[in-house]
Amino acid sequence: MREINAKQITGVVKKLCVDANFYLGEDVLQAFERGEKMEESPVGKEVFAQLIENARIAREEQVAMCQDTGLAVVFVELGQEVHITGGDFNAAINEGVRQGYQEGYLRKSSCHCFSRANTKDNTPAIIHLQIVPGEKMKITVAPKGGGSENMSMVNMLSPSDGIEGLKKRVVEWVKQAGSNPCPPVVVGVGVGGTFEECALIAKKALLRPLGQKNPDAQLAAMEEELLTRINNLGIGPQGLGGRITALAVHVEMIPCHIASFPMAVNINCHAHRHKEAVI
Amino acid sequence: MSAPIRLKTPLTEADVVKLKAGDKVLLNGVIYTGRDAAHKRLFDLLQEGKPLPVDLKGQIIYYVGPAPAKPGQAIGSAGPTTSGRMDAFSPKLMEIGLKGMIGKGMRKKEVVEAMKKYKAIYFAATGGAGALLAKAIKKAEVVAYEDLGPEAISRLAVDDFPVIVVNDVYGNDLYQQGMEKYAR
Repeated sequence: MREINAKQITGVVKKLCVDANFYLGEDVLQAFERGEKMEESPVGKEVFAQLIENARIAREEQVAMCQDTGLAVVFVELGQEVHITGGDFNAAINEGVRQGYQEGYLRKSSCHCFSRANTKDNTPAIIHLQIVPGEKMKITVAPKGGGSENMSMVNMLSPSDGIEGLKKRVVEWVKQAGSNPCPPVVVGVGVGGTFEECALIAKKALLRPLGQKNPDAQLAAMEEELLTRINNLGIGPQGLGGRITALAVHVEMIPCHIASFPMAVNINCHAHRHKEAVI
Repeated sequence: MSAPIRLKTPLTEADVVKLKAGDKVLLNGVIYTGRDAAHKRLFDLLQEGKPLPVDLKGQIIYYVGPAPAKPGQAIGSAGPTTSGRMDAFSPKLMEIGLKGMIGKGMRKKEVVEAMKKYKAIYFAATGGAGALLAKAIKKAEVVAYEDLGPEAISRLAVDDFPVIVVNDVYGNDLYQQGMEKYAR
């Protein structure tokens, strides 16, 4: 049994909230640099140049890349040998979010659904907990902006729709989202499970390093085909027309009920924000 | 690409009729922030026949909810939010003289029609480039609805604020044209 103090969890979450909003991932920066070279549309090239410059300003001046610093989505893989001491686990995470958003000058974007009154500290965090073997705790913070999250969906397909039906639905959905989710986007696709689980694996697919293929050959081929079909839509950077609409498509799949064929699409904007740490 | 057009706010009808979808524009002068909650309040005031807290004649509204300013900054990160959520309110604001809107993402047909009718422009700023765009904002001052926090209406002084014309007064749509050009 290993003890982890709640205060340490708070400190780690706070740092991850700030880092995810200030520092663009190296994988994403490289994708922007490739995009600037490869994009055929002059306006699209310029968008990539702006995004590279934006990332530099955010990194050097330690400010948020985007004003929408998101709802704080926190994934925790908790080793079963860990015993949390000195406080409540969920409260420790929320306190980290509170401190990170306050001290990092990040926008507080959480509000009451009906009155729209802001909660003023960006809590509550959205916490996904998974118990795993071991005595470590892995925390991933993925701040999620409203623009891209609004362009996400769950669809209970029929098994008769088949693989082509699934692919068609993904491409149609990205087309419909158009310029709204801040393309070039990263597309997370979840297939299988139940209504809620396929949404969750679609989101988890977004945590993979950009463009890292699914180890399953059939799914890896599907990712590649979907990326080509999505880029052939011509939506382009910021939807202004171009050859790069998505930087990557990540597909995750788990078994489903014999009567079902659930699928979900969770879209990330180009910032593709997530940072992780292991305690 | 053609050289950008420098424009000074407030905009006149003569300014907006010259603009075409795809034009790059650098805005100078004053623009106002306003997003979901502020639009709802402005719209409700107009429905009740009451005066607005800001005169929007010839003005531009920027759909943005900035991040808080760090000490020494005029404003925190300030990129555009998705414009479609303002579609229900925009035609009414154009009717009373609003000449420009800055945001990202597609507008409904009714809004595009209202732009033709009332001679107004929809500009896009680069979504997600909030740190870069904040550099073009020299001053920010809340002028209404302070209680809305990041959704309050602020008056921004901008210096060469970079935007691109998506919808002009002739019904052209850069999103549509751009997509058709690069689709395979």
